[in-house]
Amino acid sequence: MTTAFGNERPADGAKRGDALGRWIGRHPVGALVLAVVVIFALWLVLAPWPPGFEAIFGKKRLFINALFNGITLGGLYFLVATGFTLIFGLMRNVNLAHGSLYLFGGYMGYEATQWTGSWLFSYVIAFISCAIVGVAMQFLIFRRMEGEDLRQTLVTLGLSIVFSDLMVWVWGGNAIQIDTPDWLLGPVSTPIVVAVKSSGEAVFLRYPSVRLVIFAAALVIGIGMWLALHRTRIGVMIRAGVDDRDMLSVLGYRVQLLFVIVFAFGAGLAGMAGIVGGTFQSISLGEDSHFLLASLQVVIVGGMGSIPGAALGAIIIGCAEQFGQTYFQNYATVLTFVIMVVVLAIRPQGLLGRR
Amino acid sequence: MALLQTTDSVPLGAQDEQRNSSALSRWLSRHAAILLVGLFMLILPAVAGDFILVQVFGWAMILGIIALSLMFLAGYGGMVSLAQMTVAGVSGYMITVFGASSLPTISLFWPWWVAAPIAIAIAVAFGALTGVLASRTEGIYTLMITLAIAAAFFYLTLQNWPIFNGFAGFTTIPAPVAFGINWKHPLPLYYLILFFAALSYLLVVYVARSPFGLALQGIRDNPRRMEAIGYNVTAHRVAGFAFAALIASIGGILMVWLNNQISPGSTGVEASIDLLIIAVVGGLGHPIGAFLGAIIYVVLRTFALDSLVAVGLDGRRFQTLIGLTFLVIVLFSPDGVIGLWRRWVARARTTGGRSRS
Repeated sequence: MTTAFGNERPADGAKRGDALGRWIGRHPVGALVLAVVVIFALWLVLAPWPPGFEAIFGKKRLFINALFNGITLGGLYFLVATGFTLIFGLMRNVNLAHGSLYLFGGYMGYEATQWTGSWLFSYVIAFISCAIVGVAMQFLIFRRMEGEDLRQTLVTLGLSIVFSDLMVWVWGGNAIQIDTPDWLLGPVSTPIVVAVKSSGEAVFLRYPSVRLVIFAAALVIGIGMWLALHRTRIGVMIRAGVDDRDMLSVLGYRVQLLFVIVFAFGAGLAGMAGIVGGTFQSISLGEDSHFLLASLQVVIVGGMGSIPGAALGAIIIGCAEQFGQTYFQNYATVLTFVIMVVVLAIRPQGLLGRR
Repeated sequence: MALLQTTDSVPLGAQDEQRNSSALSRWLSRHAAILLVGLFMLILPAVAGDFILVQVFGWAMILGIIALSLMFLAGYGGMVSLAQMTVAGVSGYMITVFGASSLPTISLFWPWWVAAPIAIAIAVAFGALTGVLASRTEGIYTLMITLAIAAAFFYLTLQNWPIFNGFAGFTTIPAPVAFGINWKHPLPLYYLILFFAALSYLLVVYVARSPFGLALQGIRDNPRRMEAIGYNVTAHRVAGFAFAALIASIGGILMVWLNNQISPGSTGVEASIDLLIIAVVGGLGHPIGAFLGAIIYVVLRTFALDSLVAVGLDGRRFQTLIGLTFLVIVLFSPDGVIGLWRRWVARARTTGGRSRS
């Protein structure tokens, strides 16, 4: 049996570089294929497509738009799914009310923007209100049925039904759009060529700046979380808890406090994602189950309890959804489903998950 | 996992091998409750109107059949599947695609005795595939994967027009005319549903006591040990899913014939979750729990609106009522209504015994 810290990897960069070199040494063919794929992907994105190529695969504009939409949607999915995967990894609690927290955060953020007019401030409100709900759930209910994962899941199911009905009561069934702040309105130009005019002039991609900013924010949050998990004391405690909760508790750490913190943080992130979703698309009845499903797919593909896995899974699922909607509308969800099935068949624990 | 381990390890009535004259009366007294229920259901049409007959009891029995398949998987197999409503939906959609509906562009209008077996076969294959996927993992993962499958099927039916006709779905799918009886009339439809409800109940009771069912219960309690004895755990789990799919697919066809329509909403995530609620509220400990849960759910659903308004509340808060009922059951009686009944009987027995001695 490993100790609580037994699975910790060497963190210094030099050894990482060695690991990459060793991996290439061990899988020369795989590395070559990977390099070709990466170069081809870069060419697909950066270079203007030759006419014959466009005749087969459609306009480059479509492809680039699907790619960008997929990656930014992946950023949103990442925000929702990290909380889900952290809570699952640490507490073995499948929080089926996670989608409700997302929706609740979106509505609270909408109220906050209506009252204060500040888009950024609404994130604080959404984070705090969802974190309070999360703490209440952990403190009042889940603490009393620790280790009974099926019963906990059923409770979250009941809560999600009650929550969604109460939210319909308060906010009605209509879709609500959160206004994009003025400084983020409109598109920005990107240095990516989507087409070449007959005059030889290149047309560059213009993309909504709000989506890019939000994706950057998701990136920052992701890196910040990785740093917090790997460089701070509480992060070490959380990782140790994911590996072996009982051992951590035996060593004298306050596991219950840790649970409350993680639940609050995960719920808060879901709430913030609600505002992002409300600005990207809109929030309405039914979005809670949509985002619950997305979180499920992301963590099944990426691996339970793994933050990098959530990031990878979110990008994959986001891109699959957008490409599906662009290229074969009738079977778009089947694509994400097929990805999930393939991952389950090859690696049941998820791409970056551990047994 | 305490919830899952409440089924009888010694099946009811397994020990009565007596050949003396009291065997019949003993059998009768042992099964008095279920026989009374059966008798009540048989003579119900004499007293109840068409609405009560079909929309309350018929609908409850159909939901009970589908919930029974979930109860079989969860109670005997330890696998909580949220895809059972989806399996029912697959067979329901297939009977409209191969049978009759108001859409001649999609439906093939084959006779019912061709369409129904095909629909059931496809649904069983789908259920078995779900089982193959779900058996790759264990415990709570099964619930997540089957939920993802259910949601994927829901969005497929919503977006796909060539086969599933998108969000509009299908209408005008009456029960067929067979053996000289028009099964879409309330009375024949009621007895048709009652027949299949009783059949699937007896089938589950029988299979649970068969070597296969006992092996499945062994796998539920300790998969490693069963593997060591030489049982193929994965094959048993997949077979369990296939058997449950058979029952759910029957329910799916009846559901379409009763409602006269099918659309993504009938098999959506909410319907799947409602089914889990039915099974858990009734109790996963005994097959009858599925039907108990279903009748409670349907009665609440049918009459909650009026009763909520009667006590001065908003009738539209029906979902909150269902959710709260479910929460109370999960928090205070994890083995459902069956558990409440068993505890009540046990207490009545002990107090009765005390007063006699």
